[in-house]
Amino acid sequence: MAPRTIIEKIWEQHEIHAEPGKPSLLYIDLHLVHEVTSPQAFEGLRLAGRKVRRPDLTFATMDHNVPTTDRFQVKDPISKQQMETLTANCAEFGIPLADLNSPDQGIVHVIGPELGLTHPGKTIVCGDSHTSTHGAFGALAFGIGTSEVEHVLATQCLQQHKPKTMEVRVKGDLPFGVGAKDLILAIIAKFGTAFATGYVVEYTGEAIRKLTMEERMTVCNMSIEAGARAGLIAPDETTFAYLKGRRYVPQGEDFLAAVEKWKQLCTDPGATYDAYVEIDASTIAPQVTWGTSPGMGTDITGRVPEPASFASPAERKAAEDALAYMGLTPGTPMSEIKIDRVFIGSCTNGRIEDLRKAASVAKGRKVAAHVNAIVVPGSQAVKHLAEQEGLDQIFREAGFEWRESGCSMCLAMNPDILQSGERCASTSNRNFEGRQGRGGRTHLVSPEMAAAAAIAGHFVDVREWKADATKEVFQ
Amino acid sequence: MKPFVTVTGLAAPLDRVNVDTDAIIPKQFLKRIERTGFGQFLFYEWRFTPEGEPIESFVLNQPRYKDATILLARNNFGCGSSREHAPWALLDYGFRVIIAPSFADIFYNNCFKNGILPIKLAEEQVDELFNRSRAEEGYALTVDLQAQTISDSSGLSYSFEVDEYRRYCLLNGLDDIGLTLVHEDKIAAYEAAHNK
Ligand code: SF4
Repeated sequence: MAPRTIIEKIWEQHEIHAEPGKPSLLYIDLHLVHEVTSPQAFEGLRLAGRKVRRPDLTFATMDHNVPTTDRFQVKDPISKQQMETLTANCAEFGIPLADLNSPDQGIVHVIGPELGLTHPGKTIVCGDSHTSTHGAFGALAFGIGTSEVEHVLATQCLQQHKPKTMEVRVKGDLPFGVGAKDLILAIIAKFGTAFATGYVVEYTGEAIRKLTMEERMTVCNMSIEAGARAGLIAPDETTFAYLKGRRYVPQGEDFLAAVEKWKQLCTDPGATYDAYVEIDASTIAPQVTWGTSPGMGTDITGRVPEPASFASPAERKAAEDALAYMGLTPGTPMSEIKIDRVFIGSCTNGRIEDLRKAASVAKGRKVAAHVNAIVVPGSQAVKHLAEQEGLDQIFREAGFEWRESGCSMCLAMNPDILQSGERCASTSNRNFEGRQGRGGRTHLVSPEMAAAAAIAGHFVDVREWKADATKEVFQ
Repeated sequence: MKPFVTVTGLAAPLDRVNVDTDAIIPKQFLKRIERTGFGQFLFYEWRFTPEGEPIESFVLNQPRYKDATILLARNNFGCGSSREHAPWALLDYGFRVIIAPSFADIFYNNCFKNGILPIKLAEEQVDELFNRSRAEEGYALTVDLQAQTISDSSGLSYSFEVDEYRRYCLLNGLDDIGLTLVHEDKIAAYEAAHNK
């Protein structure tokens, strides 16, 4: 057989029917559901008198609308209605649901891997673009629209055109103090927010192999911000070690058999991709975005760019508009940008390792007087584990607010929003205009960089703090 | 999806070019949790004053066009965002056919997905239909998808083109889900073979 990429292998294993000129029929192994994009899909099923074909391959939770202070006091009637509707729909159609009372509740892309629902080689969909997160396990995982949600509920299949493939190779090692978030932000800053449009990306290279599972999830999560349909990383021992013993993973002998199968999921030597890019990890510094698109970012040691420095008139115009919205002056050193708010959380950086990293920076320090900083665990399980480890204490003592799990300030759909003009260091994935609240200004950073910014009151190069923990570089 | 074979109904002339999806269904009505019930908000800002009073001059508010099921429209109908709420609103209001010289692409596709037949006719033919629907109260058309013709009671008859595959789907009431379920045996066989 001709050498194939992992993407082609997973595709071929799930393609049920193909005809020239028409989309293929792809079998879906796991369908994740949340409260925002599902109501009309269930309504459509009811109108057509259809059932959910495989409730056992479907799993629901509520995350976008959940308040993170008192989670049972949902003040917005629409939020409340969406969550109640999900509860009723899951009951009617027999779908397992992790609701607000459940210890399993959390951001849909945090709980899938955590519960062991996400496996190598699965096809995974959800009515949410950041479904790409699950690709970290070597799954083909992508976001779908509401009509497609209905389609998968009814048929457990999706009509899809075969995607093009791209290899993104990350050579070398990430330097000290530089993490997965910096890596993916640097990739997007270098190649742009559309370089992977129409492709499924496989991340390869030494730097990728050395990432933990949670770091791999951060990278795959933001594949969408590079335009990709999905992003994935071939499974290896790191993957198997993470999965072992999780609730929905095969146990004992069955696990060993599963691992043998999963090991086949790699790109064969000599297989070709439709496109290829590479980046040298050793050249990457901690990243901060300065604009209103995830590609508008630079090194912490850099400056806010001059719009005139961009080659095309369209890019110049975009930079001018972004700087006007962000209230930034060209030439300003990134480290001199003062912030008002800090958000540590989201499906990009709301997992336990992210909180540990942020806590290591926050420990024994104090949040600057003018800064309001919140830490929002990605799930109830992350929250409980962090509390067992005492991370909540570290954050609280440093002056961070410790919240309940949910999407929170990643998008302005719950009470956690920026006021107009407020500037936020955020570990989330989108810095679009108004994403965190109308007029709000979002700078995307890693958890360590966000914690350091909270303490300094402005962006700082967290490498200096890590190199010399005793050096007082902040007031 | 309801199969579409022939529809006979009153035609209402909406004399504007570039009607966008925001005009079809304004965004303040998108937060609903159903896909039905959008008909009451169709063309909301044209149909109602800010106080919610009907604007009598708007075509759909005129008694003679009440219960229209065929919408006559102008160029580039349905431009703007890809929201499926636009065809949902038209269908819920009662429209099964939209006739225009041209349509925006995504909207055109979304119509077929939701059981609405969008028909492209030459500009002069659309003009003629506009004239007749204005001249004669109660002017009705019969749209026959099988024969691909539009006709009225006084001998007018136009034929129209439609993609063969889409025609097949509409005639049989097959939405995407219906089409996939044609392969039910393959899905079941796959599940059995893969122990899913
Ligand atoms: S955390 Fe943000 S990006 Fe992730 S699912 Fe929630 S809203 Fe979407």
